[in-house]
Amino acid sequence: MFVDLLTSDFVLRALMAGFLIAVMCGVMGCFVVWRRMAYFGDSLSHSALLGIAIGLATGLTQMGGIILICLLFSGLLLWLSHRDVLTTDSLLGILAHGALSFGMVLLSLLNIRVDLHALLFGDILMVLPHDLGMLAAGAGLVLGVLWRFWAPLILMTINDQLAKAEGVPILLMQIILLFVMTVTVALSVQVVGILLITSFLIIPAATARPFARSPEIMAALAVVIALCAVVAGIIASLLADTPTGPTIVASLACLFAISAVTSPLLSRGR
Amino acid sequence: MSDILLSGLDITHHIHHRPILDKVSLTMSRGDFITIVGPNGAGKSTLIKVLTGLITPDQGQVVRGDGVKIGYVPQKMNSEASLPLTARRFITLNQPSLARFDEVVADNGIAPLLDKQMRHLSGGEWQRVLLARALMDEVDAIILDEPAQNLDLTGQMQFYQRLDAIHQTRGIAILMVSHDLHMVMASTKQVVCLYHHICCSGAPQAVTKDPEFEKLFGQDMAAMMAIYHHQHDAHHDHHHHHDHLCDHHSAHGEG
Repeated sequence: MFVDLLTSDFVLRALMAGFLIAVMCGVMGCFVVWRRMAYFGDSLSHSALLGIAIGLATGLTQMGGIILICLLFSGLLLWLSHRDVLTTDSLLGILAHGALSFGMVLLSLLNIRVDLHALLFGDILMVLPHDLGMLAAGAGLVLGVLWRFWAPLILMTINDQLAKAEGVPILLMQIILLFVMTVTVALSVQVVGILLITSFLIIPAATARPFARSPEIMAALAVVIALCAVVAGIIASLLADTPTGPTIVASLACLFAISAVTSPLLSRGR
Repeated sequence: MSDILLSGLDITHHIHHRPILDKVSLTMSRGDFITIVGPNGAGKSTLIKVLTGLITPDQGQVVRGDGVKIGYVPQKMNSEASLPLTARRFITLNQPSLARFDEVVADNGIAPLLDKQMRHLSGGEWQRVLLARALMDEVDAIILDEPAQNLDLTGQMQFYQRLDAIHQTRGIAILMVSHDLHMVMASTKQVVCLYHHICCSGAPQAVTKDPEFEKLFGQDMAAMMAIYHHQHDAHHDHHHHHDHLCDHHSAHGEG
């Protein structure tokens, strides 16, 4: 009976969506950890609520609205952060909670009923075939771009002055990284929720870190860890009848705890 | 290819409306070994950043000779603990060619470091790896910003010896900011004293006798240097800009 449930359409779609998000967030999450972009990811996902409201109000669809607003958010942040007015974390706080609040106000004014619980914690079991196509395209785009610019992005992460002196176009690389980060968050947020997206980015990378000797191995391990958590989380949530998104993140947190406890024994010299 | 590798012409730059560089001109030619000295806040790092293209100056221009390749060694950088990276990976990262890898590794004695993680390297090892990275390409010159500031005395001596060897054997021109004038006196061919503008410049033995040098660094330093070059008796030509006195720029304040 449980096997029937596991092979039902909506569970298989959930697994596929989880895999695509695991691959995308596993690799992207390494950059989030290396470049300390966690707060940026969090802010970006908060702004997604305004995107959802605008998407529903204008008929752009939720996804269209999220992508539009997240890209606007990143652009605004990039522009403001080059003007030396406030530090980036203050700017992020203002933009993120401003967007979140405007989103709530707009939804209320338009009298649109949304499932707030699903927005905050995601609903991976409700993924539609159409969403899978978008996710696959997005994951392909994110991985392709990161693959293409991998070496300059890593060099810029180590030291942006050194990279610039060696001819890496820093501003362009920053824009590229913000763009793929925006695409990752915009696509994942519907599935894993506004509150949980950052954990999908950070926990796999942080869990992989003690066992990796190179950036590439860390990214690959992060993907594997995220995949394991998706499978474990989906199965556990079906067995225990718990919300799926939080169960996946709880699995990730358990894997991180195992990594943190065992790594001092295994990771000498890494 | 011309003998002039890099020249900065009348470079003027402000940071937060404070004048940092005032019409500084500096030329590096093949075979040069130039050391820039000056008090904190004199604009040394800013000048290096302008010359390497990290900063676009408010006025003036930087001209690089056709096809001239310049390596850059930044000030001590922090290694991000969350990023796993071996020295080998760092040296080979984003390099157009790895043809010189074996030679560079042997020359700089970094073979034992290659498989170590960057964050486990000491200050001296870091600088050797950074220097090796700068040398991987077929460079004509290297620009260094206080490369030895975090090293102990032995480390400093070894680093400057290494730099001298690179200059002597491979004919690579060197331009660096350094506080360790006593260490580079024997290697450097030209000392440039900077305090927002060039106060004096010339052969080290001559510059340290310059009243401008004394004004910048105090009599003690000048006297110490005088003793040093008494031992290394030599005579070189020497340029001294009496048209600018360092004094009237002191009004802009330290920083």
